[in-house]
Amino acid sequence: MLHTFIAYVEDKPGVLTRVASLFRRLNINIHSLTVGHSEREEQSRMTMVCEASAEAAHRIRASLYKLEDVVDVDDIAQAPSVTRELALIKVAATPHTRSQIFELVEVFRARIVDLASESMIIEMTGVESKIEGLIQILSESDGRILEICRSGKMTMRRGHHTSGVLKAMGAAEDDQSETGDDPEESFQ
Amino acid sequence: MATNANAQASNIDLTTPARLTGAEIMWATLAGEGVTQVFGYPGGAILPVYDALRKFPNIHHTLVRHEQGAAHAADGYSRASGKVGVCIATSGPGATNLVTGIANAMLDSIPMVCITGNVSSKVLGTDAFQEVDITGITLPVTKHNFLITHAEDIAPAIRYAFQIAKSARPGPVLVDITKDAQQATAIFDFEAAKPRPVRLHPMRKVEEADLAKAAELIRNAKRPVILAGHGIIESGAEEAVRTLAERTQIPVALTLLGLGAFPASHPLSLGLMGMHGESWVNHAIQEADLLIACGMRFDDRVTGTTLTYATNAKKIHIEVDPSEINKNINVDIPLTGDLREVLELLLPRIPSHDGAAWLKTINDSKGASAVRDIKNLPDDGHLYAAQVINDIWRITKGNAIVVTDVGQHQMWAAQYYHHEQPRTLITSGGLGTMGFALPAAIGAKTACPEKEVWVIAGDGGFQMTSSELCTIAQEKIKINIAIINNGFLGMVRQWQEFFYDRNYEATPLLSPDFVKLAAAHGIEGVAVHTRAEVASAIEQARSAPGAFLLNFMVEQEDSVYPMIPVGSALHEMIRRPGRSPLVQSPEDE
Repeated sequence: MLHTFIAYVEDKPGVLTRVASLFRRLNINIHSLTVGHSEREEQSRMTMVCEASAEAAHRIRASLYKLEDVVDVDDIAQAPSVTRELALIKVAATPHTRSQIFELVEVFRARIVDLASESMIIEMTGVESKIEGLIQILSESDGRILEICRSGKMTMRRGHHTSGVLKAMGAAEDDQSETGDDPEESFQ
Repeated sequence: MATNANAQASNIDLTTPARLTGAEIMWATLAGEGVTQVFGYPGGAILPVYDALRKFPNIHHTLVRHEQGAAHAADGYSRASGKVGVCIATSGPGATNLVTGIANAMLDSIPMVCITGNVSSKVLGTDAFQEVDITGITLPVTKHNFLITHAEDIAPAIRYAFQIAKSARPGPVLVDITKDAQQATAIFDFEAAKPRPVRLHPMRKVEEADLAKAAELIRNAKRPVILAGHGIIESGAEEAVRTLAERTQIPVALTLLGLGAFPASHPLSLGLMGMHGESWVNHAIQEADLLIACGMRFDDRVTGTTLTYATNAKKIHIEVDPSEINKNINVDIPLTGDLREVLELLLPRIPSHDGAAWLKTINDSKGASAVRDIKNLPDDGHLYAAQVINDIWRITKGNAIVVTDVGQHQMWAAQYYHHEQPRTLITSGGLGTMGFALPAAIGAKTACPEKEVWVIAGDGGFQMTSSELCTIAQEKIKINIAIINNGFLGMVRQWQEFFYDRNYEATPLLSPDFVKLAAAHGIEGVAVHTRAEVASAIEQARSAPGAFLLNFMVEQEDSVYPMIPVGSALHEMIRRPGRSPLVQSPEDE
């Protein structure tokens, strides 16, 4: 099944290689990986998504903790969480075809962030399926896709809610959100 | 090994911060960590470090003949003493030559600190002369590594490296120091360079409920077996395991690296398990209803195929490394923590128990093989390795440190040299590194100069690192070397015999006259061709004042039995054929 690992790591040269090397050694392909500063001083937050068995996921988590530069690890498998991905999509668009793309962008609640005479850039934030939906519609429309840049998934566990609140916040729409949170798996 | 005759106390004081060069800081930090012995090989990028060594007369440097030898010697030093082994090499080829030795230490969880010089930080990454990305190369075979480009970072990195090497599951750590960092100066403050406290693996846990369940399983087991591994020695849990075994009368099977962790002469000791373990040991494991794994990792050489491994047994796994839990074998109760500490929590819950019925079942299954007495076999004119090793055991009364290479002789040593004490068998288990024995023995003898040290090596592996004979000569070390010379790469030949239609491709092996080779290094030696000469030759080696080499010309096509072929179950072993002169009666296995 799909596992999303979140790791807080020391912000030092070589840390990314150490973390990535661990997946490589198990011959596991990383679907996506995002790294950036976190709320913790001198620590970066990594989100890694990969397909792995439960046994492999346990080993990855246990092995990540063995790396000196890794401070915390969380494996979000089925736990309630918010997942988003950012995509920048450059499409070929002339003044004639623009309006059709404007409409699509509106429907997908995306934004136009660059408008040139022969192209435009769409910024889209959402769950993976929404981004893929927009890409598919765009490729079926007149506008030719020139470039796609996707951030990879960013995931955060939800706070502790009653199930009613979760539903009201639209958690059910997120493809990663299920019940069955295992509190042991989260950061202590 | 003694400090230099003209030794004067080091003029560097650990208690008062002072301005020193990076090279001096390196040595001062090692001294502060209690290091008195290093193994190394100089070169351009590490020259400032070597230049500063004269200021540290309390640290002895052993010059090896190849950097692989430095890593193995530091490894052997660590295994024999329990301390952190230290090796030093220059950049580029010096550093890459360490890699096999580092990987060897990683696979066997041996605490080591490896220091390499590197080119100046200004030219890092430019393919400068003798530049190599050694931190990149060693990333998968070290617990951690450091690239240090500033003198002020040297002391904290080395102190941290020692902490990492020793803590939890031990392993090698590499510290790569650029030449300009060695030459620059910084304030050396040993106290301030102390690393943060060890961060325990957050998945380590010993739950109260699991302890209770484990104790209940142990109390109720009818056919329990303790699986004793290397972790017992690393944790210092020998007494705790012995108490557990004696109180509950549970028999103890040992892994290769576990040999010595439980006395071989103990009535509850079953001996070596796994691929070349005796049949009753593996049968006992297959028939067990409870396995208590203590500091072992269910290696494939121990389990055979995992599909049919001890299918009726509940399994308790006491292990310091959480990533080992359910890696090879799924277990019922994992207790992740330091073995000795976990056993100390568990033991008060375990009442004494009578295991006579199960022990009798195991004893009955031994049959004639249990009384196989090699030394009394009639002399048929052939010389067998097992006899040689058994004689070394008998004559040294089992008190020597035995350092083996890898192959058939290694398995015979495991079967026929009976270890009573931990740290008396030094062998490459995980990586199976040929060429390990000679340099590792240099390390072991340096760590324990008062101990009798024997190298047992094959004619193949010995040639891989035989240049270290000159290290022995230069250091004037007394090591006894037994070459089990069968003219083949024996274990590979055995596999070719069993699994490749006796197609002996690339295994017949020409060797130099090892006795003359030793003589060229000023080391005495004799060749031994017959059974009658063995005992006197061993005595001659022991009584010689210096190192001594025995070249045992043994039966060429002898094989190690029993053997579990790769992919077979633990009980599906290849047994000794009736034609073997080592078999006394047909039912012998």
